[in-house]
Amino acid sequence: MQATSSIAQQLASIVGSENLRDANLEDSVCGVLPKFVVQPEGEKQLAAALAFANEAGLTVIPRGGGTKLEWGNPPKSADIILSTARLDRIIEHAWADLTITVEAGCTLQTLQQTLAQHGQRLAFDGLWPKRATIGGALSTNDSGSLRLRFGPLRDLIIGVTLALPDGTLASSGGKVVKNVAGYDLPKLATGALGTLGIITRAVFRLHPLPRRAEAFSFADEKFAAMQNHIFMVQDSQLAHTSLQVRAASGTQPCADILFEATEAGIRAQESHLRKILSAAAIVPSPGNVWSSTEDLWNDSNKSLIAKITFLPAELAHVLASVQRAATVHSLHWQIVGQATGIATLRLDGDPAQLLAASQQLRAEREASVGSFVVLRRPGQLNSLDAWGHPGDALPLMRAIKHQLDPQNTLNPARFVGGI
Amino acid sequence: MTFAPQCVNLLLVPPTPANTTLNPRVLHEFRSILNPRAVISSPEDLRTYECDALTYLRALPTAVLLPSDTPQVQAILRICHRERIPFVARGSGTGLSGGALPVQNGIVISFARMNRILEVDIPNSRVVVEPGVVNLDVTARVQLHGYFYAPDPSSQSVCTIGGNVAENSGGAHCLKYGFTTTHVLGLEVVLPDGSLVHLGGKTLDTPGYDLSGVFVGSEGTLGIATKIILRIVKRPECIRTLLAAFPDTNAAGAAVSDIIAAGMLPAAIEMMDNLSIQAAEAAVHAHYPDCGGLLLVELDGPIAEVEFLMQHVEELCRKNGASEIRLAQSDAERALVWKGRKAAFAAMGRIARNYIVQDGVIPRTALPRVLSEIARLSRETGLRVANVFHAGDGNLHPLVLFDRDIPGQQETAQSLSSQILDLCLAAGGSITGEHGVGEDKKRAMSKMFSEPDLATMQRVRCAFDPLQLSNPTKVFPTPRLCGEKPGEYSPHRLESAGVAERY
Repeated sequence: MQATSSIAQQLASIVGSENLRDANLEDSVCGVLPKFVVQPEGEKQLAAALAFANEAGLTVIPRGGGTKLEWGNPPKSADIILSTARLDRIIEHAWADLTITVEAGCTLQTLQQTLAQHGQRLAFDGLWPKRATIGGALSTNDSGSLRLRFGPLRDLIIGVTLALPDGTLASSGGKVVKNVAGYDLPKLATGALGTLGIITRAVFRLHPLPRRAEAFSFADEKFAAMQNHIFMVQDSQLAHTSLQVRAASGTQPCADILFEATEAGIRAQESHLRKILSAAAIVPSPGNVWSSTEDLWNDSNKSLIAKITFLPAELAHVLASVQRAATVHSLHWQIVGQATGIATLRLDGDPAQLLAASQQLRAEREASVGSFVVLRRPGQLNSLDAWGHPGDALPLMRAIKHQLDPQNTLNPARFVGGI
Repeated sequence: MTFAPQCVNLLLVPPTPANTTLNPRVLHEFRSILNPRAVISSPEDLRTYECDALTYLRALPTAVLLPSDTPQVQAILRICHRERIPFVARGSGTGLSGGALPVQNGIVISFARMNRILEVDIPNSRVVVEPGVVNLDVTARVQLHGYFYAPDPSSQSVCTIGGNVAENSGGAHCLKYGFTTTHVLGLEVVLPDGSLVHLGGKTLDTPGYDLSGVFVGSEGTLGIATKIILRIVKRPECIRTLLAAFPDTNAAGAAVSDIIAAGMLPAAIEMMDNLSIQAAEAAVHAHYPDCGGLLLVELDGPIAEVEFLMQHVEELCRKNGASEIRLAQSDAERALVWKGRKAAFAAMGRIARNYIVQDGVIPRTALPRVLSEIARLSRETGLRVANVFHAGDGNLHPLVLFDRDIPGQQETAQSLSSQILDLCLAAGGSITGEHGVGEDKKRAMSKMFSEPDLATMQRVRCAFDPLQLSNPTKVFPTPRLCGEKPGEYSPHRLESAGVAERY
């Protein structure tokens, strides 16, 4: 390792001294304090800064808006925060072709505002759109309630450019929606938590903004009845966009369904819904129920927040086991579960009890089908593995990591199985 | 997309290269693992496997093995790994890019006997299948419950899910429903060293890299899938199919633009030019109107929604000069409309001795420009080009018609076909939308991707298959050896066999 001042000089020679600063406490990643924050301009400069770090044996934490930087395990070391803040251009909105090419540091909100000018959207409702970036949303594989209809980000991204630790800028995919030439590396990069390369740009397929959208809600105190309602809707010919369940300690579980269609289409589906769920009282949704997942994160510095995946037909079972674990460990619980089989759970209470409850819930999930991934935990619980059992493909994942980042430069030890 | 037997008149067949036979000791070992009748090694029986639906490329495998379960596949690959024998997996052999073409000194593993649907889980809309299951059989199995399996390549009545996974098959309805990769949630895969891994799973977002996403569409170069977890989709309340006849393809293309600009996402938009219409009529009598550009638009969803939007589609078609508009009135009529479209490739046999199927993609808005360029090339060469395309997503299937008995015409046709790909790339498109790269288009990969792009993909390949035994020599223009030091066997095998070209 070179002397700190020499490193700073060399980084400054790549990005300019005004785009380099010493890191401060606010830049810490799960309690690990980095040395520098570097803000390159454009993907070539980013690749050069990354290659320099790699060559010098320095570790790199890629950062977009920094909204989800705590997801994953604490890094083994963190020398440089490589920020994509200055890679924020919209490169090309080919609106008539329903595609957009955008740099990784562009925020979700800026992207959606640009698209809305042509009546379009990226069919993705990620967390904290005002600050969260495209690169961060992709790397963390964030997903919201639109996923039920439009799929995860991996199904919306059609092209990617990655900066690899050796300085290579590699593109795969393309600018057309239908394309099977070469390996699908946009999917490999999505959800890789920046451990293989840094996403510098992405190409997405777009969807038209809906003509009209209306949401309805219905409640039922029994988990099993709620699950049955959900199944009846999913098994029907309704063309709903989103379907979620909200539940918490001491409140009655409530489900929300979103229709996006023409006026005629919505009226017809509303009456169809009332017919299917004749036993439930269906009301227009109160307020913006689709921000419920994001609301779980408010004032949650001492909370444990986890992403639970499960088979859709196990919803009631999952709700019951969360309730049971929370009760046993005297915790307050809140959950928002999507009909796709992904839920966000927030637990509040004593850290030791949070730990015990998450271990119990993880064991239950892994013994069945699914996972329990910790997204936020109080500082005392930083040693709780975020991911859980990585499965039998771990050696293969390590081999891929070794091929693309042999020196473990990017986000070391933050991903599954210590990757 | 089309069926092998209908393609056999395609092109001149070069002589099958000479092949060494399999070491008798290894052959014996294969026989001891499998039922002896599941090992094919006589030259006359091997001929069945010498090509897929890209029939101008042929090579005899040294043996064909037909495993009946995952442990047998593992045992086969362990032997291949130990003996450095390359292997190629094969489903029904309907691929159009030579993906299942045997490789020099290699064996073929056929999945004809692994064709069981293992699990149907309606409450979770999942189906688990073996790779040899035929695409349409998945839908057949779940349709009583009101579900279907969405990817619908034209060959869906014979092609297998394993082949679909390898090629990331699309189909007419992927505009709305996505591709094979959208519908594969998880895979059981035997890696080239014989080890077994599970990628993805029944639940979403299994922790770790999305290796299921990487595997689907990797054209058999990363290993062999032995179980596939599929997502099935609820059948919509109604499906409406409209046929609109336009004076030419530009007018039809303008209507497509207007439909998209109006914020609609049809289940499918297909276009055929006059030559394709004539061929389809001759072959299946779909009762298409005789016109310069035929548009087929399918909307699905709740009845009230579809009927409202279909009126709008009709208006937009009329505005762009559609002289005749028909709405399929029954399931039978709808089936006939689709039969004509899906038979379009094979139908070319009715109007031409030989033809080449191309599979380029362009941004949809480049359609008029690219079509007029194709017309110019057609005039210049004197060869007819029929155009069939998935107009909604810009996937073109120009069919270059020729007669190989006329000296020089085959070469002209091949050159024309390759120029069409250049046009697609110049427009910002892709060399393949659904047929794959395989053996056929690997040279064109260098036109679409830079050297670092391709090298990065190869690094991923090295993680799965360091010895390059799984369908080697396909997809990439230049073989790349894994690891800092070239392996002991790979360079020898690739170069001595003359399979690898250095360029």
